[in-house]
Amino acid sequence: MLAVPLAVVLPLVGVAGVLLCRRRPNPRDAISVAAGVALAAVLVSLWPAVADGARIELWTWLPNITLTLELEPLGLLFATVAGVLWPVTTVYSIGYMRANKERNQTRFYAFFALAIAAAQLIAMSGDLVTMFIGYEMLTLATWPLVAHQGTAEARQGARTYLIILLTTSIGLLLPAIVWTALLAGTTQFATGGVLVGQAGPAVLTLLYAMYLFGIGKVALMPFHRWLPAAMVAPTPVSALLHAVAVVKAGAFAVVKVTIYVFGLDTLAESGGADPMVWVAAFTLLVAGAIAVTRDDLKARLAYSTVSQLAYIALGAALVDPNAVLEGALHIATHAAGKITLFFCAGAIYTAAGLTRVSQLDGLGARMPFTFGAFTIASLSIIGLPPLAGTWDKILLMEGAVNGEWTVMAGVILVGSLLSIAYLLPVSIRAFFLPERAVVGAATDDPSGVPLPRVPIQEAPASCVVPLCLTALACVAMFFFEYELIEPLARVLEGR
Amino acid sequence: MTSQLPALQVVVPLVCAAGCVLLRSAFGAWLLFSVAATASLLTAVALTVQVWDGDVIRYEMGGWPAPAGIELVIDQANVVVLLLLGVIAVIAAAYGRRSIELEVPLRRIRMFYAAMCLLLTGLFGITVTGDAFNLFVFLEISSLSSYALIALGRRRRALLAAFQYLVIGTVGGTFLLIGVGLAFAVTGTLNMADLADRLPAVAGNRAVTGAVVFIFVGLAIKMAVFPLHAWLPGAYSEAPSVVSIVLAAVGTKVAIYAFARFAFTVFGIDVVFTDLPIGEAILVVGSLAMLAGAGVACFQQDFKRLLAWSSIGQVGMIVTGIGLATASGVSAAYLHIINHAVIKGALFAAAGILLIRLGSTSLESMAGLGRRMPLTFGAVVIAGLGLIGVPPTAGFASKWALASALVEDDRWLILIVMLASSLLAMVYVGRIVEVGWFRAPADLDERTAENVDQATAAANPGVVRVREQTSVLMAGPVALLAVASVYFGIDASLPSSLADGAARILTGGGAP
Repeated sequence: MLAVPLAVVLPLVGVAGVLLCRRRPNPRDAISVAAGVALAAVLVSLWPAVADGARIELWTWLPNITLTLELEPLGLLFATVAGVLWPVTTVYSIGYMRANKERNQTRFYAFFALAIAAAQLIAMSGDLVTMFIGYEMLTLATWPLVAHQGTAEARQGARTYLIILLTTSIGLLLPAIVWTALLAGTTQFATGGVLVGQAGPAVLTLLYAMYLFGIGKVALMPFHRWLPAAMVAPTPVSALLHAVAVVKAGAFAVVKVTIYVFGLDTLAESGGADPMVWVAAFTLLVAGAIAVTRDDLKARLAYSTVSQLAYIALGAALVDPNAVLEGALHIATHAAGKITLFFCAGAIYTAAGLTRVSQLDGLGARMPFTFGAFTIASLSIIGLPPLAGTWDKILLMEGAVNGEWTVMAGVILVGSLLSIAYLLPVSIRAFFLPERAVVGAATDDPSGVPLPRVPIQEAPASCVVPLCLTALACVAMFFFEYELIEPLARVLEGR
Repeated sequence: MTSQLPALQVVVPLVCAAGCVLLRSAFGAWLLFSVAATASLLTAVALTVQVWDGDVIRYEMGGWPAPAGIELVIDQANVVVLLLLGVIAVIAAAYGRRSIELEVPLRRIRMFYAAMCLLLTGLFGITVTGDAFNLFVFLEISSLSSYALIALGRRRRALLAAFQYLVIGTVGGTFLLIGVGLAFAVTGTLNMADLADRLPAVAGNRAVTGAVVFIFVGLAIKMAVFPLHAWLPGAYSEAPSVVSIVLAAVGTKVAIYAFARFAFTVFGIDVVFTDLPIGEAILVVGSLAMLAGAGVACFQQDFKRLLAWSSIGQVGMIVTGIGLATASGVSAAYLHIINHAVIKGALFAAAGILLIRLGSTSLESMAGLGRRMPLTFGAVVIAGLGLIGVPPTAGFASKWALASALVEDDRWLILIVMLASSLLAMVYVGRIVEVGWFRAPADLDERTAENVDQATAAANPGVVRVREQTSVLMAGPVALLAVASVYFGIDASLPSSLADGAARILTGGGAP
């Protein structure tokens, strides 16, 4: 079972390698990719063994508190999502960072790898303290990436990012963990929860709220502001970290705590999660509505992420097995869709220098691959078959109706309609509206007549290939989703 | 030989102090101080091993039996402090080699080391003694030597800071003396164990109440507990770097230990925490200190001053643990005594390097230096994360311990205060990081060179090799302490077992 700690160590080796080769960009970037591929291979190789599970006690940190790593279906799902998308993103970053002549690239890749190590630690954690350690490491490791540009705007964004994430985690999550440790006498995760019979409904309600707000990375309102603020980062960071690793670490932590600390039955009986259902529903709708109004493409995607994360929080808070499975599944499907969208946003910026939705008219003909991928990913996030996002919407509605939260089924539908409203106009503008005479040299014809055929002007291949791959993944996952959640489903049945 | 260890802990630095004055060379003085520091550390380690299983060593000074003669007592409650003192002393010796040469005029260096030896004598003495009056004497020794050491600071403002400390510190010493005098008047003894035996018989006596209050306030001044902290920012920021390291890392901690010793073993939990509201008072001032210290630190423009205010907040955290008067509270306090010493030691040591490189420690002058001095700034960031209490640093371990102790005691309001002070720490540490990495460096080279030249010329015309800058002896301790602050966060078993042992002795009613 050495492969479990290896998942944490490999990205750290990547950090060391990147720092050692700081003077030579090519070997440095090759090391990032190699570490990523190795990590992905390790994680994939763990899947056959996941049903058996494994616990590795690291050491006793303080009396009564042992740091533990654990191989467990939900964690492996999150680890795999982050680990497999890491090398893909690295390839994309190489194209993006070089094409945009970004500075401080060594720092960028080193902290990127460190962030992945932290995400793996969260995914493999077997107890709350280990998870908290990884959670805070992830916040700190991504801070230099958000502030990467060093401009006043980037510094301000990074400040908001750090303050909100640390305030929630130190102010709410940490006391919640301490309280749990005292109530349950342990910080270890256990199937069926550790709080069974240890606390009354009022305490459970308060504690659950402390966890869900304290895990600020899941971006429930009013603690969502950090995510739009983080958009000042270079696009690969927004793509992998602020659509996948960081936000999904939050989503993962919420689902993990729901299942393995509280236990679905305990929560369902006490009704402790009910208030959070409303908070999640509120966030889902309001963030979706804000996304519709945003013209900046990355800001629109950020609010879309806030809304989509609320689906996962909603799934957890409904405490119905189907809804929780949806949460887990959405970690993977939304990751594939949203990373594609961000890749596309970065490719548009790299190739055409554009950042606003209203500037994209007619660009589809110039960048057919990019906008094709954008459309596929959009449809997947909206939840249309045959794309990855379909199943989790169905599961969530089933869970809502089972748990007698019929009104939430309506919320989910409205949320989907909102996602149509904020995602599809991008593709529609690009493919069906005439191009405005702002981009490129081709339209600078003195006669003012647009050329009959627009030449293709895509971003560098190392940007376009990854985004096509992740778009394909959106299609492929439609057919293989059961394999992803089957081990977790068995855990939930046997609870 | 081993039976004489408790005495040697105090005598070796004292003899070396005399030696430093007699020796006519600066290097010789440094060598003697290093010998004293190393010997103290080894003695402390040997003593720790002896009492590891919970034994208590009693040593009769000069062979005079206990109530009449002075007794030294070593147990788990004070070996922690001895170890810390020893480690910090050795680090100060290594670090001082270069930094003192650059900061203190050559002709004063041997007197400087003599005062350092005396400071160690005083601090070790306070820690090992089992006699209340003797504790006062050692407290005065350490105080007087620290006044002199602070006054040796580079700027003229150091004189003012030293004088302020002298005035307030003398009041503190006098209060302690009055307290001890009152206890003596009632019981007729000065030996701590004897006091503990005789005090229950006179319980409720007004003089005993007075003694407790006087001792508490007197030591609170030395602990720099808000609102008796006024001397600290000036003293820490104006003193020479080495002195800042020692004072910040262990100076206030020894006073905290002395208070815990008086409160728990001499007067007893019943008198101090049940009959008198001292515990509640400590919790109130501790909470205020956490907020005020961290809050004011956010607005400082000078790195060392910022660290000093942060220390006020952190001392608030430590005394809060003591004020809870539970085993887990005291254990958390001891854990933070250890971790904060490591963290603040690293930070003040890094500040000393900055002082030499930049000629100033203002935040302004640190702009954009993260890239040029990655190791020093890296250490500052790691230690800074410890102040916030972010995992996996040592600060997180002690924050966890204190949070658990607070929740266990249902002190939710104080828990909120403690977490709020962590967030304030995030603000002031964040400022340093932003200045270091995300601000453009100003026209640095010329200005720095000028500053350094002036500073060195003022301090020590004899030294020419200024530009050689910092040596391994200065960078080493910074790196060592920074690594230790992470190590104690990842594997907290060593400090937490030391802290638990201490808490067991103090709250379990072990004999002094």
